[in-house]
Amino acid sequence: MLKQFHQLVSPKYFYNLAVLLTPWFAWLTILLMIAGLYGGLVFAPADYQQGESFRIIYVHVPSAWMSLFIYVVMAVAGGVGLIWHIKIADVVAKSCAPIGASFTFLALATGSLWGKPMWGTWWVWDARLTSELILLFLYLGYMALQSAFDDRRVAARASAILALVGLVNIPIIHYSVEWWSTLHQGATVSKMDAPSIHIDMLIPLLIMALAFKAYFVTIVLLRSRTEILEYECNSSWVSKLLNKVESRT
Amino acid sequence: MTSYWNAFRVIFLRDIILASRYRAELANPLIFFIMVIVLFPFAFGSDPDLLRRVTAGMIWITALLASSLSLEGIFRSDYADGSAEQMVLSGYPLTLLVAAKIAAHWCLTGLPLIIIAMLTAYLLSLPTQALQALFLTLFLGTPVLSLIGAIAVALTVGLRSGGMLLSLIILPLYMPILIFSMLAVENAMADIPFDAELYFLSGMLVLSVTLAPIATAYSLRIRMS
Amino acid sequence: MSIQEFFHMGGYGFYVWSSYGLTAIVLIFNVIQSLSLQRKTLRELKNRLRRLREK
Repeated sequence: MLKQFHQLVSPKYFYNLAVLLTPWFAWLTILLMIAGLYGGLVFAPADYQQGESFRIIYVHVPSAWMSLFIYVVMAVAGGVGLIWHIKIADVVAKSCAPIGASFTFLALATGSLWGKPMWGTWWVWDARLTSELILLFLYLGYMALQSAFDDRRVAARASAILALVGLVNIPIIHYSVEWWSTLHQGATVSKMDAPSIHIDMLIPLLIMALAFKAYFVTIVLLRSRTEILEYECNSSWVSKLLNKVESRT
Repeated sequence: MTSYWNAFRVIFLRDIILASRYRAELANPLIFFIMVIVLFPFAFGSDPDLLRRVTAGMIWITALLASSLSLEGIFRSDYADGSAEQMVLSGYPLTLLVAAKIAAHWCLTGLPLIIIAMLTAYLLSLPTQALQALFLTLFLGTPVLSLIGAIAVALTVGLRSGGMLLSLIILPLYMPILIFSMLAVENAMADIPFDAELYFLSGMLVLSVTLAPIATAYSLRIRMS
Repeated sequence: MSIQEFFHMGGYGFYVWSSYGLTAIVLIFNVIQSLSLQRKTLRELKNRLRRLREK
């Protein structure tokens, strides 16, 4: 069994798998996006309280979910790469970081754009927005550390440690910010959780969440293909592949 | 093979003696601390009641920055002259040796920082009932700063962009400590019991005392490879 | 839901469409950046291969 596992996990096999899967996931993303956007913007009824501005939820909430989800995926992939020395896990962890950071930034930007009509200010030290901001700093720290090393393997293992330490700290940070914001603001700031969400509003939200996940998988596959080529640049299968590519172009 | 306790003591005393040879370098974080604290009244004006509200925050943020600046010293000289490699190769568990180094760093920078912070609290007219809270939070908080900081220092020691990268990595991880200490001092000023925040701080201290040396040892091995 | 109303979004048009627009920009930028990174790496590796073969 171990042989299949090693064969399955070898970069060459993963590269070919990635090349095969990327177009499928790309089309899946586009389909889900269209369905989600149509559902969210046109089909879902306007919120009785917030009117149309509530439609920003279809972009804000999925990207907030994704930012945390990607950090967990990144930390787990880093951990797997660290413990079992699987190159692909390091490669996947490295390619997750930029998308995670962009989703966190999106969650912050759309959060403040949603806050403006609802609370009248661009930025509110709401517990969730603040933890999202700290998560952005964690991503930036991860990417800075990732690019600080010359040797690729040391970079992968060092940032895996940072991701794991960050993962342990995320619940601590979340609850301390929650504790801090309830003590400071108290009930003045209306909680920004989704209003008791009607089923028509919920379905587009879930579709958008799936669309973002499919998008995440596509980008990770795309970036890890490049990373693997760089990782394995001196192995034989890469040179054979490059000759083939060169003869075609 | 002497016992583990001896190994711990040897590394601990070695660091203390090494540091006390360069007393000037020892004083740097403290002078930095006092200088930054003195800057604040120039910025905020010197009327006592405004200062009273902001003092604890100033002291804590400056303590945070001072300790993260002084963290570099834990591994820098050992990494440069190769004694870090000796430690990694020695028969003793690296976690133990690293814990000794972190403890030494805390005694060299954390303790003096607490003493200086209590003195400057008078300078900035902090109400007396908040002094006890400030002392307790600093006493529980500064070891956590050294412990978590040690993980990041072990990762970034000797790198070109080490200093800036170090604070970029550590500050998000320091935020819970800052939040709970500030809340504790605020509650103390308003005569509200603040032991809830102290429980959180001691919880974080216990967590970092157990996990941080292991993570630091692991990071040091990675940095060495 | 006439088209004009659709874009007006009950007065919140600016906020809704700028957040959707920003999302589109960031997501598309990620795709483009990944593709260009791939093209650049492939080109670099090919040159490296050619240099090795000539030696």
